[in-house]
Amino acid sequence: MLLIDIASSTLLIAGVFFGLSGAIGLFKFPDFFTRVHAASVTDSIAAILIIGGLLLQTSFDLNTAKLLFILVFLMITSPTASHALAKSARHGGLLSLAESKSRPGEQKH
Amino acid sequence: MAELIDLVLLAMLALTALRVIFLRDLFAVVMLFGIYSFLSALIFVSLDAVDVAFTEASVGAGISTVLMLGTLALTGRTEKENKHSSFLPLIVVGITGAALIYGTLDMPPFGHPDNPVHEHVAPRYIEESPKEVGLPNMVTSVLASYRGFDTLGETVVVFAAMVGVLALLGIRREDEDADKAPESGLKAHLVLRVVAKILIPLVILFALYVQFHGDFGPGGGFQAGVIAAAAFILYTLVFGLPLSFKVIGPKLLQILAPCGVLLYASVGLYSMLKGGQFLDYNLLAEDPIAGQHYGIIIIELGVGITVFAVMLSIFYAFASQAERSNIQ
Repeated sequence: MLLIDIASSTLLIAGVFFGLSGAIGLFKFPDFFTRVHAASVTDSIAAILIIGGLLLQTSFDLNTAKLLFILVFLMITSPTASHALAKSARHGGLLSLAESKSRPGEQKH
Repeated sequence: MAELIDLVLLAMLALTALRVIFLRDLFAVVMLFGIYSFLSALIFVSLDAVDVAFTEASVGAGISTVLMLGTLALTGRTEKENKHSSFLPLIVVGITGAALIYGTLDMPPFGHPDNPVHEHVAPRYIEESPKEVGLPNMVTSVLASYRGFDTLGETVVVFAAMVGVLALLGIRREDEDADKAPESGLKAHLVLRVVAKILIPLVILFALYVQFHGDFGPGGGFQAGVIAAAAFILYTLVFGLPLSFKVIGPKLLQILAPCGVLLYASVGLYSMLKGGQFLDYNLLAEDPIAGQHYGIIIIELGVGITVFAVMLSIFYAFASQAERSNIQ
């Protein structure tokens, strides 16, 4: 029982760490694409870790199944949302940091 | 610990509200409204009001955000500069606020256990509803049975919202110039298309679960209607308005919306025909408790149908207008 608790809190703390680092990256990174990158990648791993930690706290009943459903749902939707965000920014003509440096002045439409 | 969580959430709520007031970029304001709704949903969860939290998350953060974004697509994303002097409005707001605060002085103290609502109303529901209605989810008993008349009114309000939006905007039929219409939707997004195809059936399934499981767990017609509408809105966003019109046309929605209200009201009339009062579910079956269950399931279905049809119609109205202004 104790072992499970330790494993679960380790997972939860790791999840919180990744979530926080994603939030810091969202504020600190220089342009749109790097920010989306920071938010989306850490979001996925944080969701896996936190729900994994919560799964260990359940007594393997209906709640486990519900948490697994939520995990699958997040695994599908969260990367898709980031992908759609980045792709529409690209479609709207936003250049990445390297591109706008090599082609100055082109970003101003 | 629980107080700490509540305090942090309330502080974040206040910060979000202040930010909304001072921002001029309406796009950011809409996003902040979404965050505001999610924060209130979290507060409701921490208050153990899961039904309300569910509604707040699905209606406040979900569909209203989509509808407000649809409005922004029609109006533009920055607030107009206000040239009028704000002195007189400030005085009016100040006086009104002071009067309201003065009015609350006569009310029973907030959250006090001796308040009338905690002495008569709530204990009555908690003690009698398992015997009278017999549903595990007491919120549904109160919403659909004890306060059935109020909920009928709410459904009519939702229906009236659709009448208003359609009277103002109208839904453009796509068949006049289907060839001229631009590539609507996000057809180039292969990932989005694939994921949407996987998700939409699951979302509709979940909506049905919420609809018919509302007697036993959190949920009910309002949430289910909104979730089902969200599934079709996702379809419209990814595959475009013309295809979506083929799946479920605006005409059909305009028939469905009043049907839900009528279904609800007809339950009331039926119980009157049986010799009871309006919306007296006890008379719907031999056994009063079974009658209550039938009545609640039927009126929740009516609510779900109306909310679904109204939300999707309003979205159609906004989307078809935005598409038209893109063409011109």
